[in-house]
Amino acid sequence: MKHKTFFWFVLPTSLAMLLFIALPIVSVITQSMYAPHKQVIVEVESCGVFGCKKSTMIDQDATRELREAEPLGRFVGADIYTNRNHLASNEIAVAWESSAGLGEFLGDILNLPFYRALAFTLTFTFVVTPLVLVLGFTIAVAVNSIPQMLRGPTIFLSLLPMIINPLIGSLILFWMVDARGIVGALLQTAVGDPNLSMKASTPLTWVMLIVYGVWHSAPFAFVVYYAGLQTVPKDTLESAMIDGASRWEQIRYVIVPHLIPLTTFITLMQLMDNFRVFEPIVSFNASAHATSLSYFIYDDLGGETRLLSSAAATSVLTIAGVAILLTPVLVRTWRDFARR
Amino acid sequence: MNNILRSVIAGALMVAGTATSFAACGISEGRVSIVGNEFPAIQTVANGALACAGDGVEVKSNLTADHQKINVPGMQGDPAEYTSAIIANSSIVALMNEDVIRPLDDLVAKHGQDIPQNQLITINGKVMAVAFMANAQHLTYRKDVLADLGIEPPKTYEAMLEAAEKIRAEGKAEFPIGGAYKAGWNLAQEFVNMYLGHGGEFYKAGTAEPAINNEQGVAALNVMKSLSGYMNPDFLTHDSNATGAEMEAGNVIMMNMWGSRVGRLQDDEGAPPEIASNIEVGGPLTVGGGSDPATTLWWDGWTVAKNISDADAEATFLAMKNGISPSILNDETMGQAVWMIDGYKPAAVNQGVFASIESGATAYPMLPYHGLMHTALGNELADFMNGKEDAAKTLADVEAAYVAAATEKGFLN
Repeated sequence: MKHKTFFWFVLPTSLAMLLFIALPIVSVITQSMYAPHKQVIVEVESCGVFGCKKSTMIDQDATRELREAEPLGRFVGADIYTNRNHLASNEIAVAWESSAGLGEFLGDILNLPFYRALAFTLTFTFVVTPLVLVLGFTIAVAVNSIPQMLRGPTIFLSLLPMIINPLIGSLILFWMVDARGIVGALLQTAVGDPNLSMKASTPLTWVMLIVYGVWHSAPFAFVVYYAGLQTVPKDTLESAMIDGASRWEQIRYVIVPHLIPLTTFITLMQLMDNFRVFEPIVSFNASAHATSLSYFIYDDLGGETRLLSSAAATSVLTIAGVAILLTPVLVRTWRDFARR
Repeated sequence: MNNILRSVIAGALMVAGTATSFAACGISEGRVSIVGNEFPAIQTVANGALACAGDGVEVKSNLTADHQKINVPGMQGDPAEYTSAIIANSSIVALMNEDVIRPLDDLVAKHGQDIPQNQLITINGKVMAVAFMANAQHLTYRKDVLADLGIEPPKTYEAMLEAAEKIRAEGKAEFPIGGAYKAGWNLAQEFVNMYLGHGGEFYKAGTAEPAINNEQGVAALNVMKSLSGYMNPDFLTHDSNATGAEMEAGNVIMMNMWGSRVGRLQDDEGAPPEIASNIEVGGPLTVGGGSDPATTLWWDGWTVAKNISDADAEATFLAMKNGISPSILNDETMGQAVWMIDGYKPAAVNQGVFASIESGATAYPMLPYHGLMHTALGNELADFMNGKEDAAKTLADVEAAYVAAATEKGFLN
C-alpha cells in the first residue's frame, strides 16, 4: 500500500482512538495529580427544624478566588497515589519495620483498601479466565458432537448467561444463594449446618463471585470456540482417524493446536473483562468481603462527598494494571505475527 | 413492583391532567425540574409540584434512590438541569460544598411569608432550604410476640439484647433483631447513632481532625457486635428494605427503623394481616446508660439551584411551595411522614419520630467534611463486624482512611 493511501485509510481510526482513548487517559492522569484547593472553613450558626446549633461551612467567597486563580486545583504530584487509600507507601514502610514476620506484613498490607481490592481483582481474574477457557471449550466440543437438529436450541440456551444483564444475572444468583434461597437452603442441608450463610463468609463470597464470573463469561468462550471448530480441516481430522487416533488424541493433537489463536484472543478479552469486575460486587452487596479496583472507583464517585482525584488515581493504576496484565499475551501475539 | 407501577400511573395521570390546570400555583412561566430520593412522602411532594404544570410552565421530576449521584453534577451546569433538589440534612452539605444552591431570602420575602420560621433552614443567616418533613430511626417491634413473653418494649439497647435472648430461648425467632448493617452507608449510619448515644464527638473541637478512636467508639462497636449476634447472619448485606422485608415475613421481632418506612410495613401489602397489625413503633433507644438516645434527627427539604434564571427560580419556588401546601394532605398521604404542614394530624405510626424529637436526640451532623467520615466508616467497619479486627484497630483504620480523603479534599493539611 502506498504511504498516502495508508494514511487516509487509517486516519479515521487514528482520530477516533486519539479522541476516545488517548485524550481521556491524558485527562485522567492530569486530574489524578491535582486535588481540590484548601477549603476555607468558617464557623456559622445553622438553624432549622430542630433548633439552632454551631456548625461549620465552606467560605465560598474565599474559596472562589482560589478556584479562579487555579481552576485545575492545587498540584499535588504523586501525593494521591502514595496516600493511604492508594499505594500507601508510608503505611507499607511502617508495616515492614514493625511486623514480626512475613505473615503479619501481608496481613497489614491486605488491611489497606487498595491492596485488598487488588488482591480480589487478581484472584478473580486468574481463577475465572482459565476456568472460562476450559469450560467454554468443553461446551463447544460437546455441542459440536450432538445431532444437527438439537444444536440450535442448545446454542441458544448456552448463550443465555451472556445475554442476561450482569446486574440482573448476579441478582438472580444472589437470591438463590440466600439462606432461604434454593441453593443456600440446599447447601445447608447438604452440609448439615442450618446457620451456614454464603453471604456472611469471606471465602464463600469469593467462591460465589467466581462461580458467577465463570457462569457469565463461559458462553463467550463457547461461541468463539464453536465458530473455530467449524473451521477445523476435515482431511486432517480424517487422516488422524485413519492413523488410529482416539477421540481424545484428535482433540489433543489436531483441534487444540488449530484453536490456539482463538485461545489467545479469548484470554486477552477475558483478562480485560475480569480485571474490571464490578457488577457482581454491587448486586451481591459483597463489599464487606470483596472489593475490586472498579468498585473502588465507584465508591469514590458515589459517596456524599465525591473524591474525584482519588477516583482518577485509581483509574490510572487500573490502566497500568491492565497494561501489565496484557503485555505477555501481546508479546506472544507479536512474535507469532513476526514469525509469519 | 406494585408501588412503582402505582407511582408511574399517578405520574402519568398528573401529566395528563396538566392540560386543564391553568397556572394554578401563580406561576406564569418557567421551567421546574426536580431531583430527589424515591419514597412515598417525596413522591407526594413531587406530585404536588407537578400539578403546577401548565401553559408555559414545564414541571418534571426525577425521583431515584441514586439521587445523590446525580444532583450535584445535574446542578453544576449553567443553566442547571435540575432547578430543585430534594435533600436531607446530610445531603444538603454536598450541594453547599459545591456552591450549587441559591439563598432563598428574596423569594421567601416575596412568596413565602406564610412558611413557618422553623421550616426555613438558615445557615449563616441565609435561608438555604425549606424543610417539609422530619424523620428519625426508632424502635419498631412486634407487640404480639413481646406481649406473649411478658416483655416490655425495650427502651435501651441493653434491654433489647435481653429481650432478644428471651425470644430466641423461647423459640419465637432464631434471629429476633433486625439491623440495617449493610456495609457502606447503612452500617456507618448505625455507628453514628450508637456513637452519639454514647456521647461521642466525631472531631477535635473546632477542627476537621477525627476523634473517634476512643472509649465511646469502642463501646459503640461492641454494642453493635452484640446486637449482630441476634441478627440474620447475612446482616452485612441487609439495608432497611431487607430488614423491613424480614419483619414483614415474621422473622424479625425488633429493630431500629426509619419512621418514614414503618407505614409500608403496616399496610396490607407484603405482610399477612396477623403480622402487619402487630407491628408497632416505640421511642428511640438509649445505650450504655446515656441520656441522649442513640439516634439522629433528620429533615427532608427542597432547595433551588443557583445556576438558573430568576424566572425559573421563582417558578421552582412556587411549584415546590405548592408541593408542600396543605392541599397535598389526604387520607393516603397523611401517614407517609411527619409532615410540617398545616392540617397535618399525627397518626400512631408517627409517634416514634415525635418521641425521638422530644427525647433531645441530636440532628445528623451538617458539616462539610462529615460525608467523608461517613464513607470511611462504611468501608472500614465491616472488618470489625466480620471479626477480622478488634475495635481499636478498626477505628484507627477509619481515622486513617478519613484523614487521607479529607487531606485530598483540602479539609486537612
